[in-house]
Amino acid sequence: MKATSRIGLAVLAAAFALPAHAQEAPDALVKRVSQEVVQIIKNDPKVQAGDQGRIREVIESKLVPHFDAERMTALAMGRNWRQATPEQQKQLVDQFRTLLIRTYSGALNQYRDQQIDYKPLRADPNATDVLVRTEVIRQGQPPVQIDYGMEKKDGGWKAYDVIVGGVSLVTNYRDEFSEQIRAGGIDGLIKTLAAKNGGAAK
Amino acid sequence: MKSSWTRVLLIALSSALFAGCATTGPASPADPFEPWNRAMYQVHEVVDGNIVRPAVQAYVDYTPPPVRQTISNFFGNIDDLFTAITAMMAGKGDMAGNSLGRVIVNTMWGIGGLIDVASSGDIPKANFDFGLAFGAWGIPQGPYLFVPLLGPTTVRDGSGWVVRFYTGPIGYIPDVPARNVLYGIGAVDSRAQALSAEAIVDQAALDRYTFIRRAYLQRRQYLLYEGKVPPEKEEE
Repeated sequence: MKATSRIGLAVLAAAFALPAHAQEAPDALVKRVSQEVVQIIKNDPKVQAGDQGRIREVIESKLVPHFDAERMTALAMGRNWRQATPEQQKQLVDQFRTLLIRTYSGALNQYRDQQIDYKPLRADPNATDVLVRTEVIRQGQPPVQIDYGMEKKDGGWKAYDVIVGGVSLVTNYRDEFSEQIRAGGIDGLIKTLAAKNGGAAK
Repeated sequence: MKSSWTRVLLIALSSALFAGCATTGPASPADPFEPWNRAMYQVHEVVDGNIVRPAVQAYVDYTPPPVRQTISNFFGNIDDLFTAITAMMAGKGDMAGNSLGRVIVNTMWGIGGLIDVASSGDIPKANFDFGLAFGAWGIPQGPYLFVPLLGPTTVRDGSGWVVRFYTGPIGYIPDVPARNVLYGIGAVDSRAQALSAEAIVDQAALDRYTFIRRAYLQRRQYLLYEGKVPPEKEEE
């Protein structure tokens, strides 16, 4: 009896301890994921050959799970987000996610064995919203800072913004989105996004 | 030759004027001259897309990377000198010191700036110019401007370009053909550096004009505050 309760306690403790262990720190997560992706870029012959399908597959399996596409879309929409119906919101998130994946695939094509520096995380250990800083070192040119705005979610840390050299992706799309909405409403924006995604697919 | 040039310009201007009329939506506060700027952007797209970009792409494709790197280093060394001067004007002592250090090291040990020895020696290259120095003095950006061939700027940053242009040093070379060749190579070099970013903008932007404008303004703000942009200053 005593033994079983002890085992039970141990199991219980383990069950509680496990998620805490699984909760990888945000900077460690960024480092692990980007190193994994860099390894694939360097070693995968299909990626080396510029196979867009394979590159997209890598991004979808390795990167997309760590991004909060819904929060990114909501941030880029700003005040317009609440005016969108749930159906519109779903379409917006889908289209925006696709656009980002396509853009990222293009950017990965240009990756040339550059060195990435991971900066120490300057944040409260209890923080739920942090900025993870990295830097890409380029020969003879100023380094490019790539920072990730990340939020702690139930399933681990998720990125909601990427800031390249001070240019926040989400902020940049805010102007683009509001311009499209001004011209053609939320459906107009969805249409533009869909055309952009479909038009460049071939 | 001349007639085809005029034709390109004519097409550019007429399409620009049409575009200028078509897009008179509510303006962004940072861009009060948006219709004019959009027209200039159209002119830029036609001239750059048909003439400059193909030429620069050919330069990138047919010049061996070490040669291009050497050329970039040479102009980068001159830029570092101006980074040092303008950082000093803005009271950024560390940046000024590092940049001056780079110029001295690269000029002395890197054959007059042809080799970037300083980067290998871990003296970081910085980004600073007259426009940012004016910003550090509290001068606001002023209206956004798009200048054909030169790209996005603002009244403040554009004034910085003018100052930079007249402070040389290439402008002080007495031999006119040599001076023009250097201007030309310098322009091709700086245009080539933008090629890779451009492919990403093509892929990412719903409207390239708006995308470039916002990215430019964000970037300049970031450089001015060295990454520590005060939150209330983020909106224009």
